[in-house]
Amino acid sequence: MENKTNLLIRSKTVDSDSRRRFLRYAGFSAATATTILAACENAAMEPSTLGEGTGARVAADGSIDLGSGDVGILNYAYALEQLEYAFYAQVIATPFAGMSNMERMILTDIRDHEKAHRDFFRAALGAAAIPALSANFGAINFNDRASVLSTARTFEDLGVSAYNGAGKLLSSPLNLSTAGKIVSVEARHAAIIRELLAPFTTSFAGDDVVTSDTGLDVVNMPGTVLAAAQPFVVQTITANNLPTM
Amino acid sequence: MNLQNLFNALENVDPEIYDRVKHVSRRQLFSFGKKAALVAAPLAVASSINKAYGQSMPDRTVEVLKFALVLEYLEDEFYRLGLNTPGLIPAQDRPIFAQISKHEASHVALLRTALGAAADPKPNFDFTAKGAFPTVFSNYQTFTALAQAFEDTGVRAYKGQVANIGQDPVLETALRIHSVEARHAARVRVLRGMKGWISGMEGFPGAVYAGEQATREREVDVPGISGVSAMGVTEAFDEPLTKDQVLAIALQFVR
Repeated sequence: MENKTNLLIRSKTVDSDSRRRFLRYAGFSAATATTILAACENAAMEPSTLGEGTGARVAADGSIDLGSGDVGILNYAYALEQLEYAFYAQVIATPFAGMSNMERMILTDIRDHEKAHRDFFRAALGAAAIPALSANFGAINFNDRASVLSTARTFEDLGVSAYNGAGKLLSSPLNLSTAGKIVSVEARHAAIIRELLAPFTTSFAGDDVVTSDTGLDVVNMPGTVLAAAQPFVVQTITANNLPTM
Repeated sequence: MNLQNLFNALENVDPEIYDRVKHVSRRQLFSFGKKAALVAAPLAVASSINKAYGQSMPDRTVEVLKFALVLEYLEDEFYRLGLNTPGLIPAQDRPIFAQISKHEASHVALLRTALGAAADPKPNFDFTAKGAFPTVFSNYQTFTALAQAFEDTGVRAYKGQVANIGQDPVLETALRIHSVEARHAARVRVLRGMKGWISGMEGFPGAVYAGEQATREREVDVPGISGVSAMGVTEAFDEPLTKDQVLAIALQFVR
């Protein structure tokens, strides 16, 4: 298993689109296929930097398992970042009615941040990464400011809660450090989106997310987060092998 | 071990010691026969103190929490003084600072409780930083500039310690404080006409933003692989500060 993991991680340089096409034709599980592909590829990132765990697996029914150990948690983060980026890309592509210049600037910034997060995870995970997810935003009215911003608030608070909960599931300090660099940016997003929805109130760090008597922010474990995210993703995501407490 | 001396010492540090070890009352501890006390009492005391004070907490964790407490004391006192200064904070902005102040007070209480007797008393602060910011409580721009500096420093400080703590029971608590500080920072920044996120090293004082210009993460050239501008990537990843870097900032405000 150790060798297999290493191979998976070393195949980082495989172009993800060609890998997906290959997978589709070959009908292999991601792990099997990428191991084969990996044999032909040069090492791109030392496996030890990713931490323990095995990569994503695509089941015969198309459902995507995030993998195990730290790698699984990084895939969990990668899934959420994919979802966030897809959302903001759509927000900017089809701006809601009456979007102000300031709102456009803020939402464009956030889109770019989420793209940086998404592409970072894809690069770091290499062949251990889950495939590209397809978004299902049918429930969102992208022409309506309230619909867009309240969805943004949901995604950002969900992201904060996810990283806050995932910290204790990571075994590598490097991964913990990476999660820390990203979660505070998600928290900044959450505060600013909340400010757009409820200016000059306490909402940026409201009592609905920051527990009033402890001053602690929202926290959720992967099961809760994925259940909230799943309606926005076409593929079924499973977390059967993620670490638990 | 001289139990009476130990208890006297603890009592001096924290008068509530007996409340926290109430399941082993003082009377019980010292009413044992001499022989029994030699054996049973130290165990009982150790066990109850471990429970009450978490003395199984690794030294490293204690150090991290003590460090965090200094920052929370600083923020807590800063906002309380600001809110109590008539005419400083405009009415429209008061709910913002009242909410932030509420959180900082909670963080102080939480860390003090977690540390128990290991908690240091509040330092005496000088928010003028020995005269560098003489208008801190008379000029709102100065006040909000320092608020931003304290919040962004707080974010970077917790971030720097998160990897140090590692898999420790206090990790989740540290992360949950960390993201609250980030919410505060974002709100104060926007109040000052800035972006909610840190662009490059832009900000004041410079030491608060040292190293924020990073665009390589884990050896990945993020602008190169994502096509996102270098500035956007610096915004997308908040960077940590070391304990020494943070103390160099914070100690300027300690008398």
